[in-house]
Amino acid sequence: MKKYAQPYKTPRTHAPEQNPEKRRKNFQEVSLGYTPAMAQLEASRCIQCKKPKCVIGCPVRVAIPDFLEQVAKGNFLEAAHIIKESNPLPGVTGRVCPQEDQCEKHCVIGIKGEPLAIGKLERFVADYERTHQDLKPIETVPSTGKKIAIIGAGPAGLATAGDLAKLGHEVVIFEALHKPGGVLFYGIPEFRLPKEILEAELDYLKRLGVEIKVNYVIGKIKSLDELMKEDGFNAIFIGTGAGLPYFLDIPGENLNGVYSANEFLTRINLMHAWEFPVFDTPIHHHKIFAVIGGGNTALDAARTALRLATTEKVMLVYRRSREELPARKEEIEHAEAEGIEFHYLASPIDIKGTNGWVSKIVCEKMELGEPDASGRKQPHSLHNSAFTLTTDSVIIALGSGVNPLIAKSSSDIKTDHHGHIEVADPNINLTSRPGVFAGGDIVTGAATVISAMEAGKKAAQGIHQYVMKFEV
Amino acid sequence: MFKILKKTELAPQVFRYLLNAPDIAKKALPGQFIIIRLDEIGERIPLTISDADPIQGTLTLYVQVIGKTSMEMSRMKVDDFILDVVGPLGNPSLIDLFGTVVLVGGGFGIAAIHPIASALTQAGNKTLSILGARTKELVILEKEMSVASTKVHVATDDGTHGTKGLVTDILLKLIEKKEPIDRVIAIGPLIMMKAVADLTRPHKIPTLVSMNPIMIDGTGMCGACRVTVGGKMKFACVDGPEFDGHEVDFQGLLNRMNTYIPEEAEAKEKYLKETEGKCRIAEIVQIYG
Ligand SMILES: Cc1cc2nc3c(=O)[nH]c(=O)nc-3n(C[C@H](O)[C@H](O)[C@H](O)COP(=O)(O)OP(=O)(O)OC[C@H]3O[C@@H](n4cnc5c(N)ncnc54)[C@H](O)[C@@H]3O)c2cc1C
Ligand SMILES: Cc1cc2nc3c(=O)[nH]c(=O)nc-3n(C[C@H](O)[C@H](O)[C@H](O)COP(=O)(O)OP(=O)(O)OC[C@H]3O[C@@H](n4cnc5c(N)ncnc54)[C@H](O)[C@@H]3O)c2cc1C
Ligand code: SF4
Ligand code: SF4
Ligand code: FES
Repeated sequence: MKKYAQPYKTPRTHAPEQNPEKRRKNFQEVSLGYTPAMAQLEASRCIQCKKPKCVIGCPVRVAIPDFLEQVAKGNFLEAAHIIKESNPLPGVTGRVCPQEDQCEKHCVIGIKGEPLAIGKLERFVADYERTHQDLKPIETVPSTGKKIAIIGAGPAGLATAGDLAKLGHEVVIFEALHKPGGVLFYGIPEFRLPKEILEAELDYLKRLGVEIKVNYVIGKIKSLDELMKEDGFNAIFIGTGAGLPYFLDIPGENLNGVYSANEFLTRINLMHAWEFPVFDTPIHHHKIFAVIGGGNTALDAARTALRLATTEKVMLVYRRSREELPARKEEIEHAEAEGIEFHYLASPIDIKGTNGWVSKIVCEKMELGEPDASGRKQPHSLHNSAFTLTTDSVIIALGSGVNPLIAKSSSDIKTDHHGHIEVADPNINLTSRPGVFAGGDIVTGAATVISAMEAGKKAAQGIHQYVMKFEV
Repeated sequence: MFKILKKTELAPQVFRYLLNAPDIAKKALPGQFIIIRLDEIGERIPLTISDADPIQGTLTLYVQVIGKTSMEMSRMKVDDFILDVVGPLGNPSLIDLFGTVVLVGGGFGIAAIHPIASALTQAGNKTLSILGARTKELVILEKEMSVASTKVHVATDDGTHGTKGLVTDILLKLIEKKEPIDRVIAIGPLIMMKAVADLTRPHKIPTLVSMNPIMIDGTGMCGACRVTVGGKMKFACVDGPEFDGHEVDFQGLLNRMNTYIPEEAEAKEKYLKETEGKCRIAEIVQIYG
């Protein structure tokens, strides 16, 4: 293996990308990923720290130096097995983790030079495993005879399911929509996370023995009580996410052409509206979009809107400045290169319409003041600063609250005043009800894929201890 | 996969289905609905559960042909399968002893009103049902409704059956006759529900209407089904579908229902061309209002 004398000075290997001019009109993945040679070159920059800081930055503690070592040696399948010990969805996290705030942020090489491209390498390894059919046969573990119900097939539920299946439990996931994946399916678009990757990782869970039942809204078709008493589940994990979209509460939100980001993205990702009329679900043919917000959801909506056939312009309206944008850095750069028009320090106060359809939005200019509780500078509106933007569609991407369906149907699950499920023991994600665990956005509010998976993995440990207690 | 066990054409372009869906049938209550997706390329459309048999494991549905999806469903046969069925969704109707309840059903809304009428009658209420349609052959379920309710009135636009005129004409007569009405439930075209609410408002008769906005997920995730009720935004799929008729912003919803008219026409045309079918769309749209 080639070692660099001065890893700090060796530049990071950048993965090739689709040209912005081309990709702004297609739904294919933006980043093309590493070739094996590029991956080996990049991985060999790792100095194999004795106390690897990078691992501390990873919520699920992927054994980063170990897998990098195998990549550098060209043992890609071995690297994949190492990652999968702690992370069942590396093809996903390698693509969507905000690495610059997590593993890569802590990499020591980053102090003086550019940190290791851990995310891109994780992605490469997962893709390599997927395309090289040498799937390590799954070791069968003896069955424990315990049944566990998982509610919601988002990253939290999937991670819990994976770990529990590996421990020999019988796991059934109940998902409300007709496709599993949660936000990974209906929210994050194809050009960032191809569905094929998700399908392959779901397939891995199925090979572990996990059963996924779609079209089951728990709280409606079955209560938690029924799952435990009638269907014989020994424990339950709730991973139902934060899917309730917020609106702005300003005039004009009921005009045609106003969407929540969830509706817009669901029409496209879950229902394939961009392929209308081959698929039955339509999306109206707009020319101009104004997307309100600055998180991953807003950027996904904006870049998706840009890719629709009739779109001429997409604006993003954010009330703080570029520095405060909460979205992943890579997505911001991609959006800029693709030609999204950013309007910073602006906040909408009115949506105006003509004949029932959106025609413009009125915004106020903002200035930034002192940092608020979240540590970000608090925006204030400037007096008499209203201005209008012409648009025929508005997508609202202000984040989301939690779905009340489960808590409503089960009074002994404690929630806070926002409706988040409270965990009595955060180490094992146990709720106020014995045998019922929860994790992911339903507990924390909208967060990240990997933190949802971390919660799921903790809950899996808690569930395992709980169900095995009753062993005779 | 959910099997169609029976299918009957009740009136031109109005079909009744018996669908195998045992888990849903066990839990369904009057006022709730399902969302179906016919096949891999299909859209998700909501349909009211008109009856549920927990022992046989079946649901009864009534479908009015409107656009592509309902048309495609109307061409499905017994023993065909529907790919996705999810439910029961929405809140059930409140069934209690109110006294006298007037149930107004318009068009396929009659199918939605039927289970509610049955349950209210069983709960000891005096139930007066008013069924409305454009013409005689579109008055569905009249026999079933007369079993389910204390008394049935019928109104047709062209006077071919029952009273000539609108459901509101009959309701007005009941109010004028000083019939002590404790509650009104109206389900049908938006225009009809709005007219009923406008009529009962000055008399302060509690009036519930069932909102049928465009829906996608039916779990509160997308906000497509939002309606304004008493100045507040509500999601029909999780907060409804029934709301206080005196508080609903009908105008806002009527506008939103127009969102996809050009695209829906495009989808239907394509489907018709592909299947070379004939259809009486202009007429159907007129019936639907
Ligand atoms: C557009 C968008 C882009 C994002 N981009 C990123 C990113 O780049 N990186 C990142 O780290 N994070 C990103 N996030 C955030 C991340 O996706 C979430 O934090 C994460 O998905 C939360 O996982 P979860 O399992 O808790 O919930 P979810 O992913 O929301 O999954 C919950 C699942 O439960 C199902 N469900 C809900 N109620 C019921 C019920 N009653 N019965 C049965 N099933 C039910 C839902 O249908 C859903 O499938 C993004 C979010 C959005 C919306
Ligand atoms: C809670 C609820 C219960 C319903 N129950 C029944 C029922 O029991 N029987 C029945 O025949 N119909 C029912 N509907 C209406 C039914 O969902 C629509 O007729 C159907 O979606 C039309 O689909 P399409 O493709 O045939 O027509 P499209 O061409 O898609 O639509 C034609 C018109 O139907 C309306 N529409 C379209 N999509 C939807 C949608 N997803 N939800 C609501 N309206 C829509 C719009 O006004 C549209 O302009 C119900 C709707 C709701 C919300
Ligand atoms: S899971 Fe995310 S945070 Fe952890 S190593 Fe992989 S990319 Fe980094
Ligand atoms: S901190 Fe950086 S250099 Fe050290 S082990 Fe982790 S990836 Fe390698
Ligand atoms: S249908 Fe999506 S929120 Fe009601």
